[in-house]
Amino acid sequence: MAELWINYGQPTAIILLEILAIVVPLLLAIAYLTLAERKVLAAAQLRKGPNVVGPFGLLQPFADGLKMLVKETVIPSGANRIVFVAAPILTFTLSLIAWAVIPFDRGMVLANINVGILYLFAISSLGVYGIIMAGWSSNSKYAFLGALRSAAQMVSYEVSMGFVIVSVLLCAGSLNLSAIVEAQRGAYGLFNWYWLPLLPMFVVFFVSILAETNRSPFDLPEGESELVAGFFVEYSAMTFGLFFLGEYGSMILMSAMTSILFLGGWLPPFPVAPFTWIPGPLWLIFKLSFVLFCFLWVRATFPRFRYDQLMRLGWKVFLPLSLFWLVLTAGVLVAMGWLPASAAS
Amino acid sequence: MAFLDRSARSLLLSELISGMWVTLKHMFKPPVTLNYPYEKGPLSPRFRGEHALRRYPNGEERCIACKLCEAICPALAITIEAEPREDGSRRTTRYDIDMTKCIYCGFCQEACPVDAIVEGPNLEFATETREELFYDKEKLLANGDRWEPALAQNLALDAPYR
Repeated sequence: MAELWINYGQPTAIILLEILAIVVPLLLAIAYLTLAERKVLAAAQLRKGPNVVGPFGLLQPFADGLKMLVKETVIPSGANRIVFVAAPILTFTLSLIAWAVIPFDRGMVLANINVGILYLFAISSLGVYGIIMAGWSSNSKYAFLGALRSAAQMVSYEVSMGFVIVSVLLCAGSLNLSAIVEAQRGAYGLFNWYWLPLLPMFVVFFVSILAETNRSPFDLPEGESELVAGFFVEYSAMTFGLFFLGEYGSMILMSAMTSILFLGGWLPPFPVAPFTWIPGPLWLIFKLSFVLFCFLWVRATFPRFRYDQLMRLGWKVFLPLSLFWLVLTAGVLVAMGWLPASAAS
Repeated sequence: MAFLDRSARSLLLSELISGMWVTLKHMFKPPVTLNYPYEKGPLSPRFRGEHALRRYPNGEERCIACKLCEAICPALAITIEAEPREDGSRRTTRYDIDMTKCIYCGFCQEACPVDAIVEGPNLEFATETREELFYDKEKLLANGDRWEPALAQNLALDAPYR
């Protein structure tokens, strides 16, 4: 019995604790991201934002959460009950499980697998299923249109996102996220990170993750003004809350992905004394917060795309551009002999 | 060249970035929010808010039951019944305003020859039931007593323009 505990019980308990150590701060971050969004939008529109619940409105996320928990979950009579309930659960779960491979510091990662980036890419692509299931099972035309738009949009932007990721992989020579971060370490600090040598790809990637997470200006699946609320129009209470948590969770996930691929993950911006004293996870959080701020900043600035323009941007601009830059990156790496050691052999 | 210019602009995202610069600048400006229940904006003396029936300084009610307000009211919100009092003066026995019908046009106070019915500066008279918004004479006179200083001041301030 003791042997069983040492061999199986203890590792399981440790993994569970590690999962909790990731998920609980993540849920808090999601809660406060909703507040941050409202505050940033308010600031851009010369308003104050929520400031009544707690000091500076800091307790607002909990008030919102409580409201969602105590409301009634309405399931439409025409809906397919099982799929209807499964969709938000799926969306929320998918936005959480991707965090297994995100490295917070050297060796500080739940699952240090060598195909980490593929895993991330696969999980973020699966996100479309939650939306399609929600749209189809609601048995409502608005929800269905939202789901259709979302499916087409996410598939379109994943193609160029894939090319961007491949060009990062060419430079790093590894699919392991920790190795990708380590490959960005250099004497010039933030100028060694991939955002500078791969600048156009960085922009393409940022715009693609906006489309991938259905954020403004690509929020057509939700499209308040024409589709009411899009794919989750029939959802209420905590089923709606789970969609909301899932959306903001995947925003944070995509920001983490951007920080790791292009902004040097846990590396300090300058490899000199005062910057190296700050622990790595904090640097990752700073970078992540910056990318998240850009999400909100973009939302405060731009109106929604028209659907045909969205498709044109995805297929006729980003796809050729990212493909061209991928070939260019590969060509430059080979011509200058800069290929990473593991790839050259 | 126009083609090159256009392509360069769209590839370098110059317009998008200048747009984002505008929002970034706005984020550091002070908010223009008025914390409403605690801070309030200025009101014009002509502001048309909750109705009130005024009295003369000796306590006699001004209204002489001429029913001009009832006649001019475009929403038919005012109902008046009148008969002579014991001392022979003509006074209302009933003066009702249905505040749910009223459109706050201010015609009643324009029509009134003795400045009896006026719309005061009060705008915070929301109620929880519809019935509470059916004002009777008693309620309107009470409003007049409550707001008289403000009402008199507003009338005095607006007098030069009439």
